[in-house]
Amino acid sequence: MSLAQADLAATGLSAAPDEVLRPAPTSVLPRALGAIGIAALYGLAFLPNDYWFNAILIPFLIMALAGLGLNLLTGYAGLASLGSGAFMSVGAFATYNLLLRAPALPLAASLILGGGFAAAAGVLFGLPSLRIKGFYLAAATLAAQFFLPWLFNQYGWFSNYTTSGSISAPRLVAFGRDLSHPAGRYLLTLTAVVLLTALARNIVRSQTGRNWMAIRDMETAAAVGGIPVGFNKLAAFAVSSFILGIAGALWAFAYLGTVDASSFDLNRSFTILFIIIIGGMGSIAGAFIGSAFVILLPILISHLAESAFGGAVDAGQLQNLEKILFGSLIVILLIKEPHGLTALAAKFRTRLRQWPLKV
Amino acid sequence: MSKPILTAARRALAGAVALSALSVGAETRAEPAKQYFPLATFRVGAYASSGIPVWAGEIDYFRYVNDVEGGINGVKLVWDECETEWAVEKGVECYERVKGGKDGSPVPIFLPHGDPISKALTEKSVSDKIPIVTIAYGRTESIDGRVFPYSFPVVFSFWSEASSTINYIAEREGGKDKLKGLKIATVYHDSPYGKETQTPLAYLAKTYGFEDIQIPVPHPGNDQSAQWAKIRQIKPDYVFLRGWGVMTPVAIKTAAKTGFPVDHIIGGVWSGSEEDVRPAGAAAKGYLAVTPFPAGADFEISKKIKAEIVDKGKSDLKDPKSFGSVYYNSGLDEGIIAVEAIRTAQKKFGVGPINGEQAQWGLEHLDIDDARLKEIGAFGLEQPLKLSAKDHEGGGAGKIIQWDGEKWNIVSNGWVNSDRSLLLPLIYERAAAYAKEKGITPRADATN
Amino acid sequence: MSFFLETLVGGLLAGVMYSLVAIGFVLIYKASGVFNFAQGSMVLFAALTFVTLREAHWSFPAALAVTLAIMVAGAIAIERFVLRSLVNQSDLTLFMATLGLSFVIEGLGQLLMGASVHELDLGIDDVPIQIGFIQVSQFDLVAAATAGALVLILSIFFNFTRTGVSLRAIADDPLAAQSIGIQLPALWRIVWGVAGGVALVAGLLWGARQGVQFSLTLVVLKALPVLIIGGFTSIGGAIVGGLLIGASDSLAEIYVGNLLGGSVSTWFAYVVALVFLLVRPAGLFGERPIERV
Repeated sequence: MSLAQADLAATGLSAAPDEVLRPAPTSVLPRALGAIGIAALYGLAFLPNDYWFNAILIPFLIMALAGLGLNLLTGYAGLASLGSGAFMSVGAFATYNLLLRAPALPLAASLILGGGFAAAAGVLFGLPSLRIKGFYLAAATLAAQFFLPWLFNQYGWFSNYTTSGSISAPRLVAFGRDLSHPAGRYLLTLTAVVLLTALARNIVRSQTGRNWMAIRDMETAAAVGGIPVGFNKLAAFAVSSFILGIAGALWAFAYLGTVDASSFDLNRSFTILFIIIIGGMGSIAGAFIGSAFVILLPILISHLAESAFGGAVDAGQLQNLEKILFGSLIVILLIKEPHGLTALAAKFRTRLRQWPLKV
Repeated sequence: MSKPILTAARRALAGAVALSALSVGAETRAEPAKQYFPLATFRVGAYASSGIPVWAGEIDYFRYVNDVEGGINGVKLVWDECETEWAVEKGVECYERVKGGKDGSPVPIFLPHGDPISKALTEKSVSDKIPIVTIAYGRTESIDGRVFPYSFPVVFSFWSEASSTINYIAEREGGKDKLKGLKIATVYHDSPYGKETQTPLAYLAKTYGFEDIQIPVPHPGNDQSAQWAKIRQIKPDYVFLRGWGVMTPVAIKTAAKTGFPVDHIIGGVWSGSEEDVRPAGAAAKGYLAVTPFPAGADFEISKKIKAEIVDKGKSDLKDPKSFGSVYYNSGLDEGIIAVEAIRTAQKKFGVGPINGEQAQWGLEHLDIDDARLKEIGAFGLEQPLKLSAKDHEGGGAGKIIQWDGEKWNIVSNGWVNSDRSLLLPLIYERAAAYAKEKGITPRADATN
Repeated sequence: MSFFLETLVGGLLAGVMYSLVAIGFVLIYKASGVFNFAQGSMVLFAALTFVTLREAHWSFPAALAVTLAIMVAGAIAIERFVLRSLVNQSDLTLFMATLGLSFVIEGLGQLLMGASVHELDLGIDDVPIQIGFIQVSQFDLVAAATAGALVLILSIFFNFTRTGVSLRAIADDPLAAQSIGIQLPALWRIVWGVAGGVALVAGLLWGARQGVQFSLTLVVLKALPVLIIGGFTSIGGAIVGGLLIGASDSLAEIYVGNLLGGSVSTWFAYVVALVFLLVRPAGLFGERPIERV
């Protein structure tokens, strides 16, 4: 077995814990918890503090959404990709042009159509997956990663010929309400995330989701078993890129306000990949947990360091120490739990269930 | 096994407490008479080397104002730093973190220190009423303060940078009529920043009759053999180099390698510092650059800061060699403009901490003439600056400096002006298009 | 015609510089089956250490030897504290661990040696010399020779020594290799040490070209398509891939870029790599897996 193949098998392995340890489907507790969680997130919209919206909640949710998109492709269908940033950029630029050039369209329709363009781009750049596998496929998606943002930077039409090549949302109005204030942008993001998470959850529990997992776990066997492998792979690219595209549009308009193509560079793709590795492959919750770790932990470290040492230690050296600390935390976490934070949470849950009997 | 989980939970709890304490602390505890001034800095990451001297210049000037002048009319400056790594998300996080002010003192001005960050803050700054001051970077059309009330690309926009460079070439060739027939190639960082000068150069080329050639270099620009092979083929008279980060030294070295004369390369503002030419070694000797903050340690204010701050061990500078460098002086420049804007605002709103809305008025009524520059001691370091609602840029002139292998020397005849009267109508046109796209009703020309 | 040749030769020589970085990736991929995200940080750390020692007036050979020793010590520390605890974990876990490593190495490098830009003078002139009717840089020729020598040494090492054969066994089938007594940790120490040495060579040549500064970590961007074309497991492939990418990048920038009005070399190499992959899904020199149910 070659390493590229081992890579795929390993992807499957790391996905296993959540599938195995999930509580019986009849349990109402997780659903109740989920509903309470969503209600609580909506309740946060009444926070008076912009900081929580603009710096914490909105980027956390959008990156979790992007992680979810990639997780469908990589965690469920076993197709590695480093083009997530590019598909986000397609969503952002397509939505911008729809808002600008088709002002009659409602915001939701522009976002969905923008996602549709991203899905089309995903299918196009997903075609090599019919032939290329494993890590080499990830490398092939780099072509999308470098070509698409270049395209948007190169041709002024995409940004309506602004001198800086950057785009900003002409208007954010839904159901007659202006959403351009922080709480409005938060609600827009949250609603999109809740709906798309529900969509993703239903897809992975459907026939399509089972097909994806079969292909991930052993492609040849899946093909022998009668699963249309090529179609399912492209479907995974389409759904994943659709979600990424909407995440990109939200990143541009609900989070930053004004962006250019460089917002969606290779680093963005890597960050999204890291979110799902650290959160947990093949798990919906993993994208959220991973996003919390990758996006929020450095901010937390920075606040703690600032309140503990601010002014006392040289600012530059403090930054370097924070960086070392964050890197070390990643390594320590992986050593303690190589399958990501979701696996850690699952272990914790099992422990909790058995609690009075065994500690 | 449960130990790490407990530790993690405890850590998370401690963090939550710290966060909530921070947001509460920002609003209570009033202690006026001090002016809060947050600094967005990048001390790690790819561009840290260019940033570190800037904060040193700025912090040294603030310390000088506090310790020697007793603050701005007695109001002392307090500042803290927030690390952006020059990345947009981190910059936005910093802005949101500090925008509420500190200990009851509001934020007068936010300096984003990064072109992409400044763009992401364009709209946020309007709803928060905090002026975003970008010196020699930022969106060019935001010069039109009627459409962009809180964006201030003061002193030297990208368009002025291009126009000044062309005017210097004219000065060197012996008049603007000599520009006709020249081949001027612009080697630019292929990003929105790099593309900003395409429009004005095309326009100036049409006006003066020189040939405008644009050669992009993909980020990060650590290999440019193809671009300079192209230049060897085209044989331009001058190369205008608009780089950022590692692109500049590589360009200078590759130019030497392909035999293009280095004294016919004129760097842009962000290609004209010690940090840009030192790595290129001997190849950079004779290299030119246009800058609104010329290097030098002989300006009045530099001498005062040397005596009062640096020699007394109070400087933020780690490498004493950087004193008087281009980036250190750019920090001084930023500090002076910020302090003068606050001082102007104090004249109208009374002596005390100034908030963003008041500082916006202060900026729009900023008038630093030669006499005032001499009082500050920044004559020669900084150009006269007069802003208005219609003109958030003001100066628009640069000096040309040349690297002699050790230090920069000023070679232009004082400040080289740009053709602002020629370019402003184009800029206003673009601002109007933006206003239309976003549904903004421009403010009146004059405000009080 | 001479312009075409000059562009081609310039591109080929630039490609050799990419290969230098790519070789570091190949070594670690062979031993651990992981794309080492920290390779760029290692290049930076090596060059920074060397230049700091040189600025403290150490002689060239002494600085070189000490830097090499530090890189090897770093490799041993990485094996002891990171990799040993992750034996037999999935490749993605290892990949993620190298991200953590890159943060630590970058932070440590700047913590200890600062963030300023350094000039690195290797004493090789970077001026054009005329060969026939084309112009090439002396420095590029030295770089090419160095890369050639490096490949030769590494090939001999991996084909004719016991360690090299063990490495190939590990790359072929990690479990089988371990079960016949090959010590994976020991091998990892050696390979990471050698990769540290390669990072030093790459760091020196790149550092001399662009200055020693944080951007050295970005040179890995250009190594990616080289790896895709050459295959992640072949050192010779890294050289051939580098040459192909260097030449196609340069020619595309001149001849395709003019048509599209922009810098195409950001993505051109990746499209070339993609076309290659469609023809040969495991790279030019990579091994094609046999699939069994």
